[in-house]
Amino acid sequence: MALLEVRSIGKSFRGLRAVHDVSFELADGAIAAMIGPNGAGKTTCFNLIAGVFAPDTGAVALGGRRITGLRPHEICRAGVGRTFQVVKPFPQMTVLDNVVVGALNAAARVGDAEREAWRVLELLHLDAKSQTLAASLTLPERKRLEVARAMATRPRLLLLDEVMAGLRPTEVDEMVAVFRRINHETGLTILLIEHVMRAVMALAAHVVVLHHGEKICEGAPAQVVRDPAVLECYLGEEAV
Amino acid sequence: MPIDLVANVVVAGLLAGLVYGLAALGLSVIFGVVRVVNFAHGEMMTAAMYLAVVLVGLTGIDPLVAALPVGGVLFLFGYALQRGLINAFVTRPEHTQFILLVAVAIILVNVQLMVFGPNARNVQVDYALDSFEIGPLIIDKVRVYAAAAAVLAAGALFAFFRRTLVGKSIRACADNYLGAQVVGLNVKRLYALTFGLGAACVGAAGCMMLLLVDVTPVQGPAYTLLAFIIVIVGGMGSLTGALAAGVVIGMSEALAGLLIAPSAKSMVTFAILILVLLFRPQGLLGRAG
Amino acid sequence: MRALVAGLPARARAVLALVAVLLLGAPFAVDAYVLSVLILCLYFAYTGQAWNIMMGFAGQLSLGHSLYVGIGAYAAAALFVHFDVNPWLGALAAIVLCTLAGLVIGFLAFRFGIAGVYFAILTIAFAEFTRIGFDHWNWLGASGGLFLPVKERGVTDLATLRGPPVMFYYAILALTVGALALSRLLLASRLGYYWRAIREDEEAAQALGIDTFRYKMVAVGLSAAMTSLAGVFFAFYYNNLFPEQIFSMGRSIEIILGPIIGGLGTLAGPIVGAFVLTPLADGITELMQLLGIETPGVKQVFYGVCLLVVIVFLPNGIWPAIARRLGFAPR
Repeated sequence: MALLEVRSIGKSFRGLRAVHDVSFELADGAIAAMIGPNGAGKTTCFNLIAGVFAPDTGAVALGGRRITGLRPHEICRAGVGRTFQVVKPFPQMTVLDNVVVGALNAAARVGDAEREAWRVLELLHLDAKSQTLAASLTLPERKRLEVARAMATRPRLLLLDEVMAGLRPTEVDEMVAVFRRINHETGLTILLIEHVMRAVMALAAHVVVLHHGEKICEGAPAQVVRDPAVLECYLGEEAV
Repeated sequence: MPIDLVANVVVAGLLAGLVYGLAALGLSVIFGVVRVVNFAHGEMMTAAMYLAVVLVGLTGIDPLVAALPVGGVLFLFGYALQRGLINAFVTRPEHTQFILLVAVAIILVNVQLMVFGPNARNVQVDYALDSFEIGPLIIDKVRVYAAAAAVLAAGALFAFFRRTLVGKSIRACADNYLGAQVVGLNVKRLYALTFGLGAACVGAAGCMMLLLVDVTPVQGPAYTLLAFIIVIVGGMGSLTGALAAGVVIGMSEALAGLLIAPSAKSMVTFAILILVLLFRPQGLLGRAG
Repeated sequence: MRALVAGLPARARAVLALVAVLLLGAPFAVDAYVLSVLILCLYFAYTGQAWNIMMGFAGQLSLGHSLYVGIGAYAAAALFVHFDVNPWLGALAAIVLCTLAGLVIGFLAFRFGIAGVYFAILTIAFAEFTRIGFDHWNWLGASGGLFLPVKERGVTDLATLRGPPVMFYYAILALTVGALALSRLLLASRLGYYWRAIREDEEAAQALGIDTFRYKMVAVGLSAAMTSLAGVFFAFYYNNLFPEQIFSMGRSIEIILGPIIGGLGTLAGPIVGAFVLTPLADGITELMQLLGIETPGVKQVFYGVCLLVVIVFLPNGIWPAIARRLGFAPR
């Protein structure tokens, strides 16, 4: 059964069409990737799903429940966790406290949230940094903190916006292993925006390709990378 | 209420409003470029008014002529203040900037109090009681001259930003801090220049204001608030907006003084501010978003 | 009391115990003048803590907190003067009125997406607007002032809050300690985490499931309610109220100097700040008298310079710097 259903959503900013008539579905427990050149509308798509803006047209449903038009915190409560492409840590709070904030979404008490936060920190190898202020983390660490915080909210669907960007290949492999493990153990559904194809090919069973705000192709990764339309949008017409 | 009286009051308010507008223009320029709210703006204005009192007393020149040297002195003061003190705070949180400028304001008010005492000072001009008569309108000469000078100064500022290379560089700085640095602009210097210009504006406005009112040290905070209100009503960073809002506030003050009570003037002003903040937070002439 | 010390290291407990003994015993050891200064210190420690909840914890800059002091003071005083209502009930009315005022301002601002400097100016505008309104409200004495009847000296009547300064000293001390305990509890609670998240990054907070509008409203309402009690205290301690004084922007600035100079967002900061700034202002007055300088303004210039020095050299405040040196966590 589909956990996430996106039905022909569209959004324009001051007459500029950022996303137009995009539809796709995500099966419960799947890992899927959304790829496309810069400015293709991937992050806007995420923002439409996460409720940062309401779509001009179309609808989004999570587990059969319509979440279009809900505010971001309500969508998080409904079970969507997200990271931001430009990371947004709480700089003057410790790493632990950052994650506790996320964990409070599902925890009944602060003590429970702290335990959950420790668990997630260990999972993402941030436990050694728990008492550091988020402001003094390196960028790869901040990306992991961003993931830890979103994961601590105990989402059913995790939206990851370029969390591998700027990581070294070994770090990418580590992250891939973490996501695989979580997906395998808890059945967490993951949708990632990613330029690092190494991660996409290793993780995603399904890929959605956006270009100029429209979906131009979707399918298995191996199949998508051979699609002429995809090659064209990445490499220009001459390459085909 | 005779319509002539209302018309006279409205015109008087409009003319005073142009002077308010020039003072607010200074605040707007500083905020638009340096992104620091000058909480000592009104105190700088009264400082300029005292300078003008002294200068006019010593040389006997017209306060409007004194606006040039006084504006110059305020420019240097603003330049030095930004360069020496505020620049280090540009990237710090708003509340620290606020305390810094509150401290500057406290010092300014009380230095004025030390030097000039608490009593009101003013200047005498020989056309103080003259007026122009246009049909039923009787308009004080001082108001007309002060407003004309304010429009002239504002025009000069607009021309500076549109025509000169330095002016254009400052606008580039305001639009894109990083970009300005990348193309090799000396942002520190441009910020100091901008603060100087903002200070010069309020300095000149102070001289014009001196034709209309007396000066006391304790007026400073009230002028600061007035300048804020005008800038917000007009739209932060919008220069024409500041002038237009100055006129709106000037007229509403005058009308409130006539129709309600002189002491209720600023109540109407604050009511306008609250309404604008709630229903058009970008200001009357500001851009949305 | 237990909430106040739970989880603190032994050294911090010892310091706290010493401070507690000093504060409790102070009225027996000092003269009337020092007592009045201490009362003022505690008054600003209390209002500073109330303001700190809104700005230090939740990140919402209010420059109009004199509004809540004023409404609280006038509410309790008017009920007492006109209807003989006892101040404890008056305090209840003050809390209700100020919470409402705070919530109205918060609702208008947060619903319309007003934040940062704009929010700060809106709070000034409401305070000034109210000040001018009270200036013309004859039932409350208008600009001529509202005066509370003063009973003969030496009688302590807790029910109507009539009594010697010592009574007011313990009253404001209790308020300050209560505010500290409340702040500590809140900071460690769900609310505290949410507030700090909102302060640091509102969008990220929303993405983590926090209804930021709601929790900002809670912060404003609570801060206003706490500040209202300072107003009630002010009315019954000074026995006279003038809109010009109590609602002025200068008063609001006085309230926020302590927490910022002491250490914004920390528990001890507002208290440390108040106990540094208030004696500083008074000390300067004394010094000027000693030097025979009577020119008006000298004192304030010196005060302004001190403020400037602290903000330039200790932008995070005095307490975090001290705490680090003493090996405490800068809370």
